Amino acid sequence: MDRRTLLFGTAKATPTKEVSQRTNSGLAPYTGPFTNADLVHLLKRTLFGVKQSDLNAFKNQSLDQVLSVLLSPAALPSPPINTYNDNSYTDPNVPAGQTWVNAPYTDGTANSRRYNSFKAWWTGLLINQGRSITEKMVLFWHNHFATETADVGDARYVYKHHLLLRNHALGNFKAFVKDVTIDPAMLRYLNGYLNTKAAPDENYSRELQELFTLGKGPNSNYTEADVKAAARVLTGYRVDATTISSSFDANRHDTTNKQFSSFYNNTLIIGKTGAAGAGETDELINMLFLQNELALHICRKLYRFFVYYDIDAAAEAEVIVPLANLFRQNNYEIKPVLLALFRSEHFFDVLNRACMIKSPIDFVINLCREFNIIFPNSTTDSVNAYLMWDYIRSQASNMQQNLGDPPNVAGWPAYYQEPQFYEIWINSDTLPKRNQFSDRFIGTGYSRNSRTIVIDPVAFAAQCTKPEDPNVLINESLSLIYTISVSQQLKDFLKSILLSGQSSDSYWTTAWSDHKNSPHNSSAKAIVTGRLQSFYKYLMNLAEYQLI
Amino acid sequence: MKRREFIRAAVPAAVIPSLIGGFTFKAFGASSWLSALTAAQVETDHVLVLIQLNGGNDGLNTVIPIDQYSNLFNARSNIIIPQNKILKLSKTSETGLHPSLTGLQSLYEEGKLNIIQSVGYPSPNFSHFRATDIWLTASDSNQVLNSGWIGRYLNEEYPNFSVGYPNATMPDPLAIQIGSVVSPALQGPGLNMGMAISDPNNFYNLINGIQDSAPNTPSGKELTYIRQVAQQTQQYASVIKSAASKVTQQNPYPTGNSLADQLKIVSRLIAGGLKTRIYMVSIGGFDTHANQVNATQTETGTHAVLLKRVSDAIKAFMDDLRFQNVSKRVMGMTFSEFGRRVKSNASGGTDHGAAAPMFVFGDGVQSGITGNNPTINTVVNVNDNLPMQYDFRSVYASILQNWFCVPTTTLNNVMLKDFQQLNLIKSAYSCNSTNTSNPNLSAGKKLISNYPNPFVDSTNIEIKTQGGHTLLQVFDVQGRMIITLLDSVIAAGIHIVRFENQGWGPGIYYARLQNGSVQQVCTMLIVR
Repeated sequence: MDRRTLLFGTAKATPTKEVSQRTNSGLAPYTGPFTNADLVHLLKRTLFGVKQSDLNAFKNQSLDQVLSVLLSPAALPSPPINTYNDNSYTDPNVPAGQTWVNAPYTDGTANSRRYNSFKAWWTGLLINQGRSITEKMVLFWHNHFATETADVGDARYVYKHHLLLRNHALGNFKAFVKDVTIDPAMLRYLNGYLNTKAAPDENYSRELQELFTLGKGPNSNYTEADVKAAARVLTGYRVDATTISSSFDANRHDTTNKQFSSFYNNTLIIGKTGAAGAGETDELINMLFLQNELALHICRKLYRFFVYYDIDAAAEAEVIVPLANLFRQNNYEIKPVLLALFRSEHFFDVLNRACMIKSPIDFVINLCREFNIIFPNSTTDSVNAYLMWDYIRSQASNMQQNLGDPPNVAGWPAYYQEPQFYEIWINSDTLPKRNQFSDRFIGTGYSRNSRTIVIDPVAFAAQCTKPEDPNVLINESLSLIYTISVSQQLKDFLKSILLSGQSSDSYWTTAWSDHKNSPHNSSAKAIVTGRLQSFYKYLMNLAEYQLI
Repeated sequence: MKRREFIRAAVPAAVIPSLIGGFTFKAFGASSWLSALTAAQVETDHVLVLIQLNGGNDGLNTVIPIDQYSNLFNARSNIIIPQNKILKLSKTSETGLHPSLTGLQSLYEEGKLNIIQSVGYPSPNFSHFRATDIWLTASDSNQVLNSGWIGRYLNEEYPNFSVGYPNATMPDPLAIQIGSVVSPALQGPGLNMGMAISDPNNFYNLINGIQDSAPNTPSGKELTYIRQVAQQTQQYASVIKSAASKVTQQNPYPTGNSLADQLKIVSRLIAGGLKTRIYMVSIGGFDTHANQVNATQTETGTHAVLLKRVSDAIKAFMDDLRFQNVSKRVMGMTFSEFGRRVKSNASGGTDHGAAAPMFVFGDGVQSGITGNNPTINTVVNVNDNLPMQYDFRSVYASILQNWFCVPTTTLNNVMLKDFQQLNLIKSAYSCNSTNTSNPNLSAGKKLISNYPNPFVDSTNIEIKTQGGHTLLQVFDVQGRMIITLLDSVIAAGIHIVRFENQGWGPGIYYARLQNGSVQQVCTMLIVR
């Protein structure tokens, strides 16, 4: 063992795990016929849930045609507004219905209401997303460059940081890292604004290397001394709470030279005085982006977010390494990497289907979108729209994923914690909460201020090509709601729910026709509604429903 | 069954007295349930509660080395606790507690608290996530383990879990995590041995219908996992509800204290009769890089509030356990992924550090202070860390062996190697009555010294050993172990070991002697 390994080394054993079958397929383009099941698989991974209308819009399109739509960035949304005035509080700086993002801070009460406003607004964007991967990428980057609202301390910073994620979501990763490094919210979150020559604070420097760029892969051998040196490079940034911007203060910058380890080819960043000191940050980022590990780390994270958590030797060699090469060749543009991944035979490999456990956000948003739950109008009834969005957000939070507040700077453990990964989402506390959520929405729904959000199972079933035929209804419902195929035995059991234990399909056909012919007959409606509720409730309570 | 009544299921009754000589016990004949594969290897009604302090607790402002105060003041004048505010402890004037820790102070005075000084491990890691994994898996600094130490212990005790569970002899969860995410500490070699609950009254009845078989694919693997959780949720919901409903009255707990809320559930489940041995609770916020204290009144502020929550919650928990008449069965332990830097930063906080104290509490806990105050040097540099006195795995191993009666061979499967035994359990409660050596006995005696000091090329380290296994390690000022000079069984007496400078730079180094349950550290100085 050499001296450096002795002192700093971490032997990174490759964990051996009992794994079910994995695949050797790689990045070669998928050449099979592009079926409805393929389309559902692609959309469930790149959007939050699939609507029947999405399937209809993409019908008969080729994979490349669908991808060109999915990989086009969504337009920037209009900012969150003040819907939070009530009997007990009025924000003096923001009129109701106007945005607060450029207003003064006001006070702690306004700020905490703005956090909720921001989160509700974001939840609304998720629910109302179009056919672009943008929302999934924004969440990916939120998990990657994780920040927590309370630590940032001001909702206006949080919003500005969010816009940064949105603007760079499908852009250039190197430019992204630079902007995040001097982002006011990040400067506050990881103490960058307190990092001065007199008292270096290593917080951002460490996470920049450990989490944001290089990661802790087997060949990521930067040292503690590198963490300290990078911290000194990054000394001198301040934030301005009036303009919500950052600036470089040369007086607080460490102007001595910064020596990096052999991992960084003994790079020496010469200390600079005056405004030139800020240029050291670019040198640091250039140095990071010269490392092979960087692209590998980001591609592994994308893989775990979009494909599966287990990266075995074959996936590393056939997918991660070529994707990382592509990432470097394209000067760290994000889109070519996503395009290569989503048109690959690996992505469509049968072994990579239905193996991702829905995150809580996936779970709640998919349910709202797939079942077309109708929310209060966000323009004419914005107060109630925000309240309902906030409710949906709070439910995901109870299931351990609070949008805007990951548990710490590493993001949610489901994307990095060995050996469980996604399985962390599911335990004896959270699984019942998921079941309670779906039971509530297929049942009475959630009501507030005499508005109700609820699944209309009859309207959902009516989208199907022949809803009066229970076999067609079951098959088409399954192919939209599940990504896993189920046995005839289970289908027969599901049919027994629609038929209330009767054996002839005609009982259902008659019930459906009775309702269609007399839509205002409440008892005819109740017959189909009750059976459809039991049917969809059962589908959502099965373990299969947790998979995409 | 009484507390003492434990047996080794696999061992014929006649052999037991020699294994546990001196104890009263009740041996069962070899009945069929004993040989059932699903029975625990060791019967015990002991319970361990693990309290995780997330973020890295600042040990030097928690347990304060009063005899080092002036050097400590130099290193962290902006956050140090005023000397006249430090809580005093009987039988020592050298060590005191943060003023928020009144609850722990009274437990100490009642003889129910052990403070273990400077717990860490060789070559500490400063990343939250990696350091947490090290503590939860009980790995070496450079080793990656995919199972937790509690998970491995429970896997030895209940080797076939979850096949055949729950059953008549173990109707209850093996380990309970209060909260919604099960800790990696409870991850067994195959399965996670823990279950998460946030409210024992609010279990939801999952449906139970037909299901398809799971294919041998990643999808099938995840499907199987989710089904298992669904099943366990059902299986244990009734026993947990029933245990919770048996307890209708509890001693008061502080409000607005998430740790107290969690411990209140734990007490209720223990008193309600669950056979569960392990409970995990946690409290976050200890990553105090900035504004750890109020600058004008350093005994208040973020850290003071956190410590008060910990101390008040533990005190209320202990009082409630006594009220429920189960306190003799329960011990607890606090831990954090690391301590913090000796020198404070200008943001009124501290960066990630190394060794830090642990609290172990309970009726059966050997009261006192294990180990000596850390030495604070006259000049403290920004990167200096405290050397470890005790390996955290010594604490784990001692609890497993003396509180849970884990036999040596099993212990090796759990801890993966031998660790120093510490005297943490009162002999009346301990499984091993022979464990009488008292670490406090060596207090005031110099067992390790070196000459010349300072030195350039080499120095002689003189150690006094009582014989048996003796370990001599050298650490640098950042806590990294640079060499092991001795690791073997040697004769009692004075030995001299030569330490050659193999190119290490000038500065402070620590030589650590470990002999049985005794350890001491001496400071050495290499000069040019």
